[in-house]
Amino acid sequence: MKKATVGFPTDTSQKYYWFPFPKSMSMRERVCLNRPRLLNMKRTPLFAAHQKLGGKLIEFGGWEMPVQYTSIMDEHLTVRKAAGLFDISHMGEISISGTGAEAFLNQTHTNDIRKLAPGQGQYTLMCNERGWVIDDLYAYRLGLEDFLLIINASRIEPDVAWLEQHRASFPNQAGLIVQNVSDATGAVAVQGPRVAEFIDKCFPGPSIDGTAVAQARDLKKNQAGVWLCEGAKVWLARTGYTGEDGFEIVAPAGAIETVWNKVLETGQPHGLKPAGLGARDTLRTEVCYPLYGHELDENTTPIEAGLVFFVALDKGDFFGRSVLAEQKAKGTVKKLVAFRMTDKSAPPRPHYAIWSAGPNPAKIGEVVSGTQSPSLGFGIGLGYVPPEFAKPQTAIEIEIRGRRAAGLVVPKPIYRKAD
Amino acid sequence: MANVPADLKYAKSHEWVRVAGDEGTVGITDHAQHELTDVVFIELPEPGRKLKAGESCSVVESVKTASDIYSPVSGEVTAINKPVVDNPSLVNTDPYGNGWFFKIKLSNASELTALLGPEQYRAQITGA
Repeated sequence: MKKATVGFPTDTSQKYYWFPFPKSMSMRERVCLNRPRLLNMKRTPLFAAHQKLGGKLIEFGGWEMPVQYTSIMDEHLTVRKAAGLFDISHMGEISISGTGAEAFLNQTHTNDIRKLAPGQGQYTLMCNERGWVIDDLYAYRLGLEDFLLIINASRIEPDVAWLEQHRASFPNQAGLIVQNVSDATGAVAVQGPRVAEFIDKCFPGPSIDGTAVAQARDLKKNQAGVWLCEGAKVWLARTGYTGEDGFEIVAPAGAIETVWNKVLETGQPHGLKPAGLGARDTLRTEVCYPLYGHELDENTTPIEAGLVFFVALDKGDFFGRSVLAEQKAKGTVKKLVAFRMTDKSAPPRPHYAIWSAGPNPAKIGEVVSGTQSPSLGFGIGLGYVPPEFAKPQTAIEIEIRGRRAAGLVVPKPIYRKAD
Repeated sequence: MANVPADLKYAKSHEWVRVAGDEGTVGITDHAQHELTDVVFIELPEPGRKLKAGESCSVVESVKTASDIYSPVSGEVTAINKPVVDNPSLVNTDPYGNGWFFKIKLSNASELTALLGPEQYRAQITGA
């Protein structure tokens, strides 16, 4: 029987084995996988909190992070029905400020940063000259010439290197300040339909900076404001990575444990539970949000990934613009599709082959994300196929351990809340 | 604390076998299902298939991962547990009872001495 693949949400070079270990795996590897500290993992300021809550700790992009506390299924469903609290302190933060910050950001990112008022954020991408994605991220305007980028944990070094490289050749860059503040910054995400019930109890009163609102729940999608949490300035942004309502909260590293405890305590009576990276991945897959290393990488463009909405071709020049404009006009060789399994089968996983269905089946692409959907109860995934196979309702087959199982291309998002 | 019944033999790879005469019933341990959490899919060997001890013969999938299952003994598969295929969560709720995987006619009963007893298996999972 073909060897089962094992996988976990992370960059594609990582694998996490739950059990049993492949016979080929050395003793050291097995020990290291069960004892992440031996591999010199980094820990967020919330590590002690995870241990106290009984989080199952695994290696993720060089960090020792909780994949789950109770079970992925339970945490996923809790986020959809009530609320979940995620540690996202491993993510990176870059501060960009001073004269020319706006122009610099517009040159190095695909979306139009000029659209942002102070206290507003946008999803955007950094591409190189060939239009290939260096990272996908959120950019916030904190003040007139003061911006904060929230970037993927696995991409901190390449992003900083890219920005530093281009900052050096940016005209009039004397006043421009580009700072990697990742180590000094912590963040958590609180997500779910019941978050609006308790967020004001957690952070009472009006915002003191950013978007002016009388209470936190008045922040509209992509708006951000500042509240004090025991003396520390904390940014609340009405955004998330789960498809549910919620906030991402950014605070100084020294204050993030206080924020975590405050949110957990205030939210628990409303059904809030801690949730790990496992649920974070199943939640985002259900709503087809990309994860760098899966849907996006340095050989993929935002157009191929279906993110043309976040590419502002009309704003002026930016890295990758000419390639992306051509792809938008003429089409691409590969296209990202969402799909579901249609017969009872094992779930699709990253790297499984996608085949065309019908009389002359052929291998047409590869799965980049896949899982059993906790909300829907069947296998779902995302993958790249040639454009002629990308229409919803196209029948496809997924190769699972040497046999092909029936699937169907579906519109995004795969999971949609009932109105 | 994982449940480790006294009447079973165990493989280091977390399978158990219950022997009655020359027939064994095989499944995965409470420790294993606890590590996996929500089992969503199980693939079992075909009845009639001949297995060697240690041979990969089944796959258990949780939400995030797929894991190989290895037969603890050599022999021929005589029956598989259809209810566990239809309802994989039985592995989590009843790993030693209704969550059994397959029955196997032992071809070499002396292999049982090479498996772990309950105390040895418990030592492995708590010492690890």
